[in-house]
Amino acid sequence: MFDAKELEKIKAGKKKWSEGTLAKTLSKTPEKKVKTTWSGIPVETLYTPAEIAGLDYESKLGYPGEYPYTRGVQPNMFRGRFWTMRQYAGFGSAKETNARYRYLLGQGQTGLSVAFHLPTQAGYDSDHPLSMGEVGKVGAAIDHIGDMRILFDQIPLDKVTTSMTVNAAATVLLAMYLSVAQEQGASWDKVGGTIQNDVLKEIICRGQYIYPPKPTMRLTVDLIEFCQKNVPTWNTISISGYHIRESGSTAAQEIAFTIADGIAYAEACAARGIPVDSFAPRLSFFFNAFTDVLEEVAKFRAARRVWAKIMKDRFKAKDPRSMMLRYHVQTGGVTLTAQQPLNNIVRVALQTLATVLGGNQSLHTNSYDEALCLPTQGAVTVALRTQQIVAEESGACVTVDPLAGSYYVEYLTDKIEAEVEDYIKKIDAMGGTLTAIEQGYIQKEIQNSAYLFQKSIDSGERAYVGVNKYIMEEPPVTDLLRVDMKVGEEKAAELKQWRAKRDKAAWQKALDKLREVSKTDANVMPAVIEAVKAGATVGEVCDVWREIFGQYRPKEFIS
Amino acid sequence: MDDFDYVAEILKGSPLAMARVMTWLENEDERARSCMEKIYPHTGNAYVLGITGSPGTGKSTLTDGVTWQLRNKELTVGIVAVDPSSPFTGGALLGDRIRMTRHSADPGVFMRSMATRGYLGGLAQFTRGAVKVLDAGGKDFVIIETVGVGQDEVDVMRVADTTCVVLVPGLGDVIQSMKAGIMEIADIYVINKYDRPGADQLFAEVQFRVDQDASIKDRAWVPPVIATVAVEGKGEDDLLEAITAHRTYLEQSGRLLEKRRNRINEETLQMIHHELFRIIRERLTKDSRIEQMVEEIMNHKLNPYNVVEKVVNEWLPASRLK
Amino acid sequence: MAEKKIKIIVAKPGLDGHDRGAKLLSRIFAEAGMEVVYTGLRQTPEMIVEAALQEDADVVGLSSLSGVHNYFFPKVVELLKAKKLSNVLVVGGGIIPLEDIPTLKKAGIAEIFGPGTPTDTIVGFIKANVKSK
Repeated sequence: MFDAKELEKIKAGKKKWSEGTLAKTLSKTPEKKVKTTWSGIPVETLYTPAEIAGLDYESKLGYPGEYPYTRGVQPNMFRGRFWTMRQYAGFGSAKETNARYRYLLGQGQTGLSVAFHLPTQAGYDSDHPLSMGEVGKVGAAIDHIGDMRILFDQIPLDKVTTSMTVNAAATVLLAMYLSVAQEQGASWDKVGGTIQNDVLKEIICRGQYIYPPKPTMRLTVDLIEFCQKNVPTWNTISISGYHIRESGSTAAQEIAFTIADGIAYAEACAARGIPVDSFAPRLSFFFNAFTDVLEEVAKFRAARRVWAKIMKDRFKAKDPRSMMLRYHVQTGGVTLTAQQPLNNIVRVALQTLATVLGGNQSLHTNSYDEALCLPTQGAVTVALRTQQIVAEESGACVTVDPLAGSYYVEYLTDKIEAEVEDYIKKIDAMGGTLTAIEQGYIQKEIQNSAYLFQKSIDSGERAYVGVNKYIMEEPPVTDLLRVDMKVGEEKAAELKQWRAKRDKAAWQKALDKLREVSKTDANVMPAVIEAVKAGATVGEVCDVWREIFGQYRPKEFIS
Repeated sequence: MDDFDYVAEILKGSPLAMARVMTWLENEDERARSCMEKIYPHTGNAYVLGITGSPGTGKSTLTDGVTWQLRNKELTVGIVAVDPSSPFTGGALLGDRIRMTRHSADPGVFMRSMATRGYLGGLAQFTRGAVKVLDAGGKDFVIIETVGVGQDEVDVMRVADTTCVVLVPGLGDVIQSMKAGIMEIADIYVINKYDRPGADQLFAEVQFRVDQDASIKDRAWVPPVIATVAVEGKGEDDLLEAITAHRTYLEQSGRLLEKRRNRINEETLQMIHHELFRIIRERLTKDSRIEQMVEEIMNHKLNPYNVVEKVVNEWLPASRLK
Repeated sequence: MAEKKIKIIVAKPGLDGHDRGAKLLSRIFAEAGMEVVYTGLRQTPEMIVEAALQEDADVVGLSSLSGVHNYFFPKVVELLKAKKLSNVLVVGGGIIPLEDIPTLKKAGIAEIFGPGTPTDTIVGFIKANVKSK
């Protein structure tokens, strides 16, 4: 980007400055001990063109909406339309959650994001013994199509896009959603949204797995294939680094392991015979945003560049949309503190700014009380307003990729890209993502970063406001959102009625059909749709597969 | 719980009693001895299976699978899973229980994780004790699972009636295992993770060595090589069949009795060794005599040879040594 | 007699998959010289207590981030008592509102460690409160 003579001058100038002006100051006031990004990348005092001497503008940065998409996937980014403000929500019964959705839409939220309670995510009905105590706790209790109808009551599914966080049981919940859309009269080519459907990260770090890797990947690809033919604008997977980061990874590891998962899914789709340009445009991603603003911005830019290159070179994609890394962001849940919870509003604001400067497609901002409990309505409102303030008032949206050309940000972008590529190489050498997961390599890398971070906090080497610095006594927070244990009892009673009321013969026939299809190589989605329409519950459908596929027996690696 | 009759409770199969006496064994707590003495007459009924292999070979998953197979035959199972202690911190991460989750509510399965700690050659002795507790507690099968590294672990495997050595493709550990002497103790070879590349090759390699060995030594029992994919439960029935065949062979050929006789011989000698060592070490360390002796050896006033003679003579008069 | 070791069960009750804290603490406990049995995810109170029984644990550490602590933690204590294991020290951590702590303590959970607790504090508490057997 700079001519050689100019660079020599700058290098000499920096050397002079470093030995003179800087040295003088350092002799009087030494620097702090930690001089790294939040993820631990060493950072110098000053960045100049010399540190990014090798950066070729046209090939590495280019223009927004063009390969390699470092500067963004849309040509004018937020000058046209803001990102989708999408708050992840769900608790208690379908009815309570429906009320929260309608409130959020009324407040200017532009998309929905469904949190299912853990039994639904793990493929159990609310009255299963393992569901004890969990019903409605961290999401809505959805057992059957009747619950799904209530969840989206008076919400037009051809107008609002919905994101659903469900993975191993994704096919079942999508089948319910599509069936409800049909009942509403919404045609599938108008139905838009995203389903997480990312089973690999469940095995790596999130724990909501059901089946062993191979059959669970088959279900993932069945869903992708079905939507490619029938629900053309649906984002069939949201390959998630969010949880990897939450479990303790660094920023670079978040991108590296997510992209490694992405490669595994793309390979699985290709192996199914789906042409790359048919599935790749519908692959979407999901990342975290921490408080170190500049590191996060660099991370997002690096991620776009790496993915574009992989799709183009490794998968031979031709359609530009196949090369675009489109992603949702959630601000870092793990960064929130239970201490002095109002401080979290500031953290979330910085994380929002980082996200927007990084060029996202949608965003969930956490509520300040989430280190204590499920978010209360007041806290959710502040979180949504944070996005709106950044969008409308901060000036961050008025031009595209405003931090491009910052010596530091470009340096960090290159640095993170290199680290990501290095990991991908290592994982390839191991035999691919599935092997790396099976051997616990990815899990151990994440855990080790979590450990090092904890050590730096315990030792006080790194300051964490309210946690190991600026601590104060405070009264316990009250008025927390609670989900009544009664939800579980009520749901169990309701399930009993549901099972009694449905047409037993039709239900049995649909499940038998599903069992038959699942034993072949055929796509299971049509049979799942028939089954849920016949009243089959999440647990019943998942049990059919437990019987055929077996259950994943977790391998935990502690390093 | 002073009025708790540990011996009677163990014989009834009480997990509480078994667990506590195992802790005493681990801690070399003197309360263990009288219990062990009293339960001894009730041991010798369990069939002892050893499963060993390098880290990452899937031993615990296999142990879990074999346990599942045995439970389907309504046999009760005790498991002792040994994991290494850190030499630096003395702590240990005992991760084998994770793979056994499906048995955790089954009263027919008792599983104990144990750390190697710093036993001075006493790991085998201590494992033997744990096996006896489970045996007296009425378990039909006792499975010992250890990482096959070092002499200590090889010794542990001598406690087993049937020893399975687990190998996986891609770890390159055949040569390593040969060096460690672990191949010699194998009654059954298991090639786990058989869905991985290189599995057929490894199978052929092991089979070749087994054949070669058999032709030289003219062994009555030729170790079979079993292919498994433990995570998918594949090959577990073959493995159990091989174990049963080995057991039948041992019983019918009289080798089982011979094996157990040798074991008692070895065990008794080791226990005597361990006890003498313990007593002498305790006395020598109590009044810092050992430090004085070390000083004098350092200064060449004494040498280790005459120190040994002196110490042994002190407690075991020379006349008795003859 | 050989040196005694603190044996601790680290368990995740319920369907919650957030195990960063549980795994991190497992490592920290091991480094503090303890023998750590990590049970993995999806543990019922019965499974946790069975593990404590067979392993003859001194301590059970429970981690929950999905809001099920008020159900699971007291249940574990109750079952431990039923198995004559009332000597076992039970501690908990995770996303637990401060206002729940008095009730949990009354139910027999010795201490609750919220987010941001220095790991030394947790190790120190365990070492100071573990009972001999």
